[in-house]
Amino acid sequence: MSGLKLALAAVAVLGLSACGTNPWNDDLNSGGGSAGAGADALDPASPAYFQQTVGDRVLFAVDQSNLSPAAQATLQGQAQWLARNSDYVVTIEGHADEQGTREYNLGLGAKRANAAREYLISQGVAGSRIKVVSFGKERPLEICSDETCYSKNRRAVTVLAGGLTG
Amino acid sequence: MRNFLAALLFGASALAGAGAAAAQNGPLRIEIDQGVIEPLPYAVPDFIPETSAASEFANQIARVIASDLSGTGLFREVPASAHISKVTGFDNPVKYADWKAVNAQALITGAVSVNGNRLTVRFRGYDVFAENELGTGLQFTGTTEGWRRMAHKVSDAIYSRITGESGYFDSRVVYVSESGPKNDRRKRLAIMDYDGANVQYLTNSAALVLAPRFSPTGDRVLYTSYESGFPQIHVLDVGKVQRKILSSGDGIMSFAPRFAPDGRTVVYSQTQGGNTDLYSMDIATGAKARLTSAPSIETAPSFSPDGSQIVFESDRSGSQQLYVMPVGGGEARRISFGKGRYGTPVWSPRGDMIAFTKQNKGRFHIGVMRTDGSEERLLTASFLDEGPTWAPNGRVIMFTRESQGSTGRALLYSVDITGRNLKPVKTPDGASDPAWSPLQQ
Repeated sequence: MSGLKLALAAVAVLGLSACGTNPWNDDLNSGGGSAGAGADALDPASPAYFQQTVGDRVLFAVDQSNLSPAAQATLQGQAQWLARNSDYVVTIEGHADEQGTREYNLGLGAKRANAAREYLISQGVAGSRIKVVSFGKERPLEICSDETCYSKNRRAVTVLAGGLTG
Repeated sequence: MRNFLAALLFGASALAGAGAAAAQNGPLRIEIDQGVIEPLPYAVPDFIPETSAASEFANQIARVIASDLSGTGLFREVPASAHISKVTGFDNPVKYADWKAVNAQALITGAVSVNGNRLTVRFRGYDVFAENELGTGLQFTGTTEGWRRMAHKVSDAIYSRITGESGYFDSRVVYVSESGPKNDRRKRLAIMDYDGANVQYLTNSAALVLAPRFSPTGDRVLYTSYESGFPQIHVLDVGKVQRKILSSGDGIMSFAPRFAPDGRTVVYSQTQGGNTDLYSMDIATGAKARLTSAPSIETAPSFSPDGSQIVFESDRSGSQQLYVMPVGGGEARRISFGKGRYGTPVWSPRGDMIAFTKQNKGRFHIGVMRTDGSEERLLTASFLDEGPTWAPNGRVIMFTRESQGSTGRALLYSVDITGRNLKPVKTPDGASDPAWSPLQQ
């Protein structure tokens, strides 16, 4: 993938950002990484703030599980939020795009989720608060078969789960 | 490139050696591995109903036999409308001249009787031009509701007598039935006859299920389920539809389970700390052994039929490739060296080949190679083909083909290992991850 192609893909993403909403958004993950309308009105201790303002997901390059600087910045934000909101535990869900065989992609998603987990631990989050699970290519968010969709599907999503103290 | 050329050369030699369907001065014979070009013409008139309750089956059984034989691409039916002779009694002499006149080289006749819910099928095969019987007639008895199985058994016998190979028609396929859009796909386990008939659902779609595999006797199915929220290995008794979770450990992912040929051991992938390795487990005792310990992804194991070796995929070299190791673990030998990535290896039931998925330049292929990695041949090419499974006789492969884009859908296809006769397998909904059973007893 050349730099030029990447740049074009990025433009395409921006151009299409309004469409492609998906019906699979009945859970905590529906927000997308960056702020939507009304983000400043959110309670900073709320899961919605975590999802939309902090950013609940990081993205990966094709067949890779290393964290980009942008991904590390998002995870730093997550670690800070988790430090302030210490009664949450999380499950990190690792995902792959459809360009790969099913079982390999389960392994790849696990590597991605684990990379995010290790980074959160390095930022002071207790390992006991973080589970990981891989969905491989089974749960795509975006459904087109090209890089604009694939780049959003190669993700690790930090899902807030039941509070430690109830 | 070398492999690609080899594949082309193989194709050419297969074409040159083809067409041997029926040397009319020799015995009726199809050499399957020669890549038959001209299918062998045969006739299968309606079977004779010998009791009144048998009449509804007499025609249907002949139709299933025709569907089995013609479906292989090795045989072509001479339709009833072209028949000159009527077969009026199972024991009446065959009028060979009438069948020669319509160029039916093989003739299959049969009789059906029903007694209560017992169905009996008798059949004979004939080599029309040699004017003699193809082996001796046989009789199968079963229940009326199992009438399709008896038709498949007749087909297996005819196929076997003409090709010299065992058949594959009296077999089943367990697979994942899929419905709903790509971003809300519902999956449940289903089992069906090899030809898509008699679909039965084994799980509901509340939990994601993946990649089922039959036990060596076909009575149990291993699969991966997300019922607990994490992928874990389940085993299901097909007859009783009873399930049991094999893997344990909260938050530990286990997937890609396969039975050893002894039916007592399972090899599977387990992920810890982001690292996926192969393990084996004794089903009865739960005792586990770790088979690989590399920081890479090791998955998709498959046993050699003699149980001595395991082929699996690993990205330890930097990309997905195929490796063979002794069954207890130990040094693994890489066998795939072509361009691209290789995954989902499956050892042929004959032991002579390994089928795989290959990804190269944005395309997916189903291919086969010798167990040492030589003689690689690609059988298919599409946007996304994956997950081959072998027919019990090692001559046909079924796999998942997924179409491109937002309306993309998975369906099952089958193809001969010569690369011929590529066709969809009929399923009521979307379908993926087929696993073919052994021949039923």
